[in-house]
Amino acid sequence: MSTVEAAAGAAQTLSARREEIARDWAGLPLFTTVYGGQQDEAFAAAIRLVEAMVELAGSGRADDVQAPSFAIVRDVLSRITSDRLRSGGDLQQVMDEIGQLWVPLTEMFDSHPGAATVPAELLAVTELIGSLRVAAVVVLLSESDEVVARQRQELMEISTPVIRLWEGIVAVPLIGTLDSIRSQVVMESLLNGIVDEQAAVAILDITGVPMVDTLVAQHLMKTAMAVQLMGAECIISGIRPQIAQTIVHLGIDLREITTRATLSDALKYGLARTGVTLGAGG
Amino acid sequence: MDRIPILRLGSVLIVSVQGDLADALAVALRHDVGAAVSSGGITGVILDVSGVAIVDSYLGRVLTEIAADCSLLGASTVVAGIKPAVAITLVEMGFRLDGARTARSLEAAVAMLGADVAPTAILGSGP
Repeated sequence: MSTVEAAAGAAQTLSARREEIARDWAGLPLFTTVYGGQQDEAFAAAIRLVEAMVELAGSGRADDVQAPSFAIVRDVLSRITSDRLRSGGDLQQVMDEIGQLWVPLTEMFDSHPGAATVPAELLAVTELIGSLRVAAVVVLLSESDEVVARQRQELMEISTPVIRLWEGIVAVPLIGTLDSIRSQVVMESLLNGIVDEQAAVAILDITGVPMVDTLVAQHLMKTAMAVQLMGAECIISGIRPQIAQTIVHLGIDLREITTRATLSDALKYGLARTGVTLGAGG
Repeated sequence: MDRIPILRLGSVLIVSVQGDLADALAVALRHDVGAAVSSGGITGVILDVSGVAIVDSYLGRVLTEIAADCSLLGASTVVAGIKPAVAITLVEMGFRLDGARTARSLEAAVAMLGADVAPTAILGSGP
């Protein structure tokens, strides 16, 4: 029997007993954990999956994930897997549960009258090859996760340099959106910079911050307050006209913090505070 | 029970907290500082917390209260040497140490209260 014929035969058998299979599947953990007590929905999802498999087997494209019927498979599985990942399950768990779908099918084919008996060794080898695929996918995914995490860390580090502008004056040019994780990193590196440089003035330059909302303003306020607790003065510079308008519009009170329009104004102010006088040209 | 020593320099009190401040010790410190300031002639108090690595909400409150006590008694308070981690914790907990100024080190705090430290010290050293 050729592979095409075998696939067509499988499609026929699956199609003939799809309700039975779907009922069996709907009772498996893959479906029950997502759909809970809603048997009908679990059954509906299971039967869509079986029908998609019938089509795949019938079209002889069971190996081709680009086949149109795989869209249905993806649709059903994406709901299940994303729900599982949100609740803290990992890839391995989902894979194991998909593997369990195999059990009712083998039982069914074993009891199928006139079915060609498949050597148990062949089944075992097939399962083994399946596991190899899963292992490869898991490794690939975990490696790309690591790459993403490393790049995020690197981005975090290069995006918050504390620069010594003058004796006793440090500055952090902020570029990009300030979220709570980044502002935490900025705050820590700025405070450590103040200790290292024995700085009396710290400048937060927000020229590169595209947008300031209440949350970002709150992060800025917190940073400024921590700087003040350390005994240094905090200046926020680089407030563009639109951002000034937004801040006023949102009613954010930045009066407790010294603000300047540009980094150079902030530096001038800082120099005056630290008692440095520039020549007539400055 | 151990007490935190309170040093007098001119008209300024210097309190240097080394190591972590337990709750009971903090209460005793508040009491002692209050008593020392109200004994008279004190215009400034420096709390050097450079040796404190960890604060909790209770300690944050006690520090704020010590500062408030002192300013009520007419002495200006400077909290010196707050570590970055401590500063972040205080801000996250919403403490602003109102009523106290801050300085990055004991030296900077002395410079801040310099006018108070020097003349009285000279006066005090006289016969």
